[in-house]
Amino acid sequence: MIHPALPYAVAAALIGIGTYGILARRNAVLVLIGVELVLGGAGLLLVTAGALGGDRWSSGNVLTLFVITIAAAEVVLALAVIVAVFRARGHIDITAPADPGANGGGS
Amino acid sequence: MTSLDIAFLATGAITVAAALLAVTTRHLVHSALWLVLALGGLAGCYLVLGAELVALVQVLVYVGAVVVLVIFAMMLTRAPIGPSPDHSTSRLHRLLAAVLGAGVTALLLAVLLPLGGEVVARTPVSTTGIAEDIFGTWVWPFEALSLLLLIALIGAFAVSRLTRPAGEVRR
Repeated sequence: MIHPALPYAVAAALIGIGTYGILARRNAVLVLIGVELVLGGAGLLLVTAGALGGDRWSSGNVLTLFVITIAAAEVVLALAVIVAVFRARGHIDITAPADPGANGGGS
Repeated sequence: MTSLDIAFLATGAITVAAALLAVTTRHLVHSALWLVLALGGLAGCYLVLGAELVALVQVLVYVGAVVVLVIFAMMLTRAPIGPSPDHSTSRLHRLLAAVLGAGVTALLLAVLLPLGGEVVARTPVSTTGIAEDIFGTWVWPFEALSLLLLIALIGAFAVSRLTRPAGEVRR
């Protein structure tokens, strides 16, 4: 027996904190940590929906497993891009203005 | 308050507090370590909700693989050791971000809280049932997901190879 309001509140808080992390960080790796928190909140919402019944094909659990897998793939690609940007520019500050000399004209 | 409520309150409080520290700390590496605690707490939340398999996969994939990758990326990008105010944006920007984050939370709470008023018995989902559903109903999404992982692998390899512009000589 559980109040569903508690998991809902934690999921909403995680998604809000993740949004803050995405918006308020300058280091690209830290932005990625915000994305992970948002994905975690989404997973918690899915598991809660699955645990409260009315769930054919156990979709709450299965979709959470899928979200975790997709998040792993996303992290691999994002970190490859971050390391590539570091090698091209020497920093991964996403608020820095694009330098026009880098990589054939930049933005 | 039922006993499950109390257990969830404990794990949820750990998760939210660690997540808050992960996005506000001034140490780059501490941020990744607080993320470990937040994701581990999330695995605890899954356990309280009765999803043991998801909790174990969360620990294996997130704490075991994703955070290691994040710390590895910090090492490769020469993360500074020690506190530095350079990891966050300016004060006004952070204030705006906090307002936006609080707005997102308030919006989600306004939608979700009216749905969660009364006490509900949690439905147990057996691992056998999940396995039967993954390899029965969800088998094609599952196969597509394995293809996605392969594409991500090849894509990461290609991105890390193609960083030099075409005119420049490769080292």
